Amino acid sequence: MSNATRTFVLLGPLLAFIGLTYLVPFLGVMRWSVTLPEPGLGQYQAALSDPLILSVLVRTLRICTLVTLFSVLAAYAVTLIWVRGSPAQRLAIELCILIPFWISVLTRAFGWLALLSNRGILNEWLQSLGILSEPLTLVRNEFGVIVGMTHYLIPFAVFPLASAMRNLDERALMAARGMGASRARVFRNVFVPMTAAGILGAALVVFVFALGFFVTPAILGGGRSVMVAELIYLYIFQIPNWGLAAAVSVILMVAVGVLLALLMRVMRPPVPR
Amino acid sequence: MSGGRPGRLAALIAALVAVFLLMPLIAVIPVSFTPNRYLSVPSGAWSLRHYRDLITNPGWGQAVWLSIRIGLLSSVVATTLALFFSLGIWMLRPRFATVLMGIALLPMVAPPVVSALTLYFLLVSLSQFNSVVAYDTLPGVALAHAVMIAPFAVVLITVALAQVDRRIDLAARAMGAGVLTRVTRVILPNIRFGVLTAFFLTFVLSWEEIGVTIFVTSVNVITLPRMMWMGLRDNIDPAIAAISVVLIVIVVTVILAKTAVQILQRRRSARKTA
Repeated sequence: MSNATRTFVLLGPLLAFIGLTYLVPFLGVMRWSVTLPEPGLGQYQAALSDPLILSVLVRTLRICTLVTLFSVLAAYAVTLIWVRGSPAQRLAIELCILIPFWISVLTRAFGWLALLSNRGILNEWLQSLGILSEPLTLVRNEFGVIVGMTHYLIPFAVFPLASAMRNLDERALMAARGMGASRARVFRNVFVPMTAAGILGAALVVFVFALGFFVTPAILGGGRSVMVAELIYLYIFQIPNWGLAAAVSVILMVAVGVLLALLMRVMRPPVPR
Repeated sequence: MSGGRPGRLAALIAALVAVFLLMPLIAVIPVSFTPNRYLSVPSGAWSLRHYRDLITNPGWGQAVWLSIRIGLLSSVVATTLALFFSLGIWMLRPRFATVLMGIALLPMVAPPVVSALTLYFLLVSLSQFNSVVAYDTLPGVALAHAVMIAPFAVVLITVALAQVDRRIDLAARAMGAGVLTRVTRVILPNIRFGVLTAFFLTFVLSWEEIGVTIFVTSVNVITLPRMMWMGLRDNIDPAIAAISVVLIVIVVTVILAKTAVQILQRRRSARKTA
């Protein structure tokens, strides 16, 4: 076999597959965005000036920022114990990360409904104790979306943080201790800065994931706090305006592309050598 | 901190996060035993009616069987394509490997909703030419799933290949082995665990897939997640709690069994070295 044939046989199938089933259709979506209902950039203009769409974009950014902040903070504490705790602590944390990670996003969103909805466990309990007379509205609003998304995304923040914490040079910590720094000071001034790349990587992964999220906001937001992914769904299936849906998708793709380029600079891509 | 264990405060916060992570999974259990037809906590009388529902309503069984078939079909296609591709990158080290890898991983890194719309476009377009691989058909959904899960197989097989010692392949080559022999007799035996993991993970990803499935199905192809989705949107059906408990029990059993096996193996190897 010549080298060219080998390249063709080995690399060709997957590249042709992704090309035909993903790249070409995405070009089709881009074409929708500039041809439906009429040729031109009207849909982009509409997407960036319509107050409804703008409010959805602003809400999406706000929710994604908060979710990123909460999940990375929570993941940092968990990863610290997972990487540096006692064997028993490590095992317990590992199970608490892996079990939710393997459970379907639908089950996890449903779990929050069972816990937080008006007739859910928390409200029933608080009412039976006489603390509340009226149930608290904890889902079908932005609060529910943020709780559910944070829950979904914590494991995704744990993995980049864990690799940063595992690869750090132990001697720097010992040197700082040896020079008389307190444990808290070593953590704040040495450990955290040394894992900064991991923190940034985790934040970007979570933020990018959160931007295109569809299922959790749709279930826990209950149609009241629509995010950009649900907006695209609505413009395809409920209020047909395919051109606008396509334009919003292209904008989202560009935004994520820019963020991923940043991510590539922070962390090395998974390419073999 | 230096070389030592994290402090009490870190352990306390981590414990709180752990509770947060497990809470919604535990909350599903009491709700699944409610005697009512709406989402509620059973007060007094517990009932198995929603579990009975899973057996008596043929829709659930059909959805499970459909999800298994779509999962097998799409994971076989995705793993095979990914295996060829990863072998190609590893053996040939082409120029622009980073770019090729980027193309292969695109469906994984693009926002899920953009992928969903893209695959909706693909299947709606294909529907104009044929009725087999089309919108709302089993082969169509399997195709869409294969696109979404193939990048994960590429990552796993590439990671497995990165662990292989290149010198054994060089030795085989120096002894005159052709490409086919090198792949089947030298490389594949060394990465078989990675390939099996890729197959298993892609199957699970297809089994759970919902974001794209919502866009490419309507009434004919109701996978298990699609059926759960319908029961979650408007009036919440407590049968979702029952099926959720079943799924959670399966996942927890598998993970605990795997952890127990690992601990036993570690003890055994520790005893050997001692």
